Amino acid sequence: MSKAKRVGSYIFLSICSIFSAFPLYWMVVSATNKSTDVIAGRLIPGNYLIQNWVALLKAQKVGEAMWNSFKYSILLTLLSLFICSLAGYGFEIYHTKGKDMVMKVVLLAMMVPFAATMIPLFQMFSKAGLLNTALGFILPSISTPFLIMMFRQSARSFPHEMIDAARVDGLNEFQIFLQMFFPTMKSTYAAAMTITFMNAWNAYLWPKIIMTNGKSLTMPMLIANLKAGYVTDYGQMMLGVTLCCLPTIVIFFLLQKNFANGITGAVKG
Amino acid sequence: MADKNARVLKNGYSLEKKEKRTGWIFLMPAVILIAIMSFYPMVRALILSFQTGVGKNMAWTGLSNYIRMFQDKLFIQSLMNTFLYLLIQVPLMLVLALILATMLNNKNLRCKGLFRTLIFLPCATSLVSYAIIFRSLFANDGFVNHVLEAMGLIGTPVAWLTTTWTARLVIIIALIWRWTGYNMVFYLAGLQNIDYSVYEAAAIDGASPWTTFWKITAPLLKPTILLTAIMSTNGTLQLFDESVNLTNGGPANTTLTMSHYIYNLSFQGSPNFGYASALAFVILILVAILAFVQMKVGDTRE
Repeated sequence: MSKAKRVGSYIFLSICSIFSAFPLYWMVVSATNKSTDVIAGRLIPGNYLIQNWVALLKAQKVGEAMWNSFKYSILLTLLSLFICSLAGYGFEIYHTKGKDMVMKVVLLAMMVPFAATMIPLFQMFSKAGLLNTALGFILPSISTPFLIMMFRQSARSFPHEMIDAARVDGLNEFQIFLQMFFPTMKSTYAAAMTITFMNAWNAYLWPKIIMTNGKSLTMPMLIANLKAGYVTDYGQMMLGVTLCCLPTIVIFFLLQKNFANGITGAVKG
Repeated sequence: MADKNARVLKNGYSLEKKEKRTGWIFLMPAVILIAIMSFYPMVRALILSFQTGVGKNMAWTGLSNYIRMFQDKLFIQSLMNTFLYLLIQVPLMLVLALILATMLNNKNLRCKGLFRTLIFLPCATSLVSYAIIFRSLFANDGFVNHVLEAMGLIGTPVAWLTTTWTARLVIIIALIWRWTGYNMVFYLAGLQNIDYSVYEAAAIDGASPWTTFWKITAPLLKPTILLTAIMSTNGTLQLFDESVNLTNGGPANTTLTMSHYIYNLSFQGSPNFGYASALAFVILILVAILAFVQMKVGDTRE
């Protein structure tokens, strides 16, 4: 690569990096500044964080929304990982023609847009008394074709000799799954965990539909409500937005590799 | 099936049969959930789309919901808006992601990890969060107007979010910001599967980067490009969070997306589940058609 081209690459990548990072930098900095300073274009951290914090807690039930979001997201992630990995394992290890057919049908569900199912789902859930409940929040997203496919793919690299050896040792099929497959596939589970938690944490449309009593707010719903009044309090609002992003940003930095694998659904050994 | 090697267990089942049954037990919870939470509601929505009424008093109405949508100016507006995003934002984003991935795949590049992390970072924000961030940045008293005024480029604040075309532009910029890194990660994963020596050989043969891209990268990445195109199309047709939280569909519904309109019809004011379901089925059919077309196009370029 010639020198000019290399310099060009660096400039282009730098511009894109700044464009990508700036809105998040602005969000964090604005959370520490007074609203009038934010409007005045202040780009360095200020000392107004505590005042914004007090104002936000006074205006919104942040603690409750945080608790709800964590509760729903963790519950959904655990259930989803268990059920989808069990299915992916079942599809691959015990595969038969019949199961392959079922898998094809399952994959079709990927193409069903949520708009086409949300109205009947709402009707079903209100009839079953699941509005404003944790179960109502998690049920539609526990089993996803994407995760089943991901676990099925990683089960492909799980050696059959290990299964045979475990059988000789007297383990039953479920024990083999739990004691052999689960520990071997840690990276797949980590990737699946990041993407599932992320999607659960960010869910907005479905909770907006079924959390009808205004009490079971989640963080995305809470920050969407932060626009009351004629004058927007930017400091307070950006603090709320920062709090909503914090858990996923922490996961992003701690588990970036798993996160990327979770998105693409491809995990290698 | 008479399998001579079948190992017979004490209870009379052959091991193969027992394994097959275990397999079904393992995958049943997930399959049943998908059937109840995805396929059953889809069929219900199809039935609803031929009905009209409120609550339990639904009556058959034939195709009238489907005929009504052609006279519904708001629906046509939301369809046009959604396709505008689809035709401008998706190609721009995918090309940008591909350029970035190709650049970052260069072995001699320094600070690769830093660039990749920063460009990928927007994926860590929730959809509602980034919609609010962009709404604030482009507000009348927001940062963008402040900078433009300070630079002397504008005299009075631009009303970004309350003017049709600038509001659409802001949504497109926001979408590109949030999803370019996401698609780039797919391309980077795909590029890793291409042996780097192929590029070195091409460089020795004097191939320009442009030729290298079209002759090596593009054909080998085709399955990934196809996948991202289908995913982005699917995602754009279902755009909701951004439309609600960035512009609230305004000004005068010129940024309203289809999913947003369906939500409004179903859960705002007097609900109209029948008509909303008919519109939802239009999205479903569009997703299916566009995925099919993209797969066909992807196939013929062998």
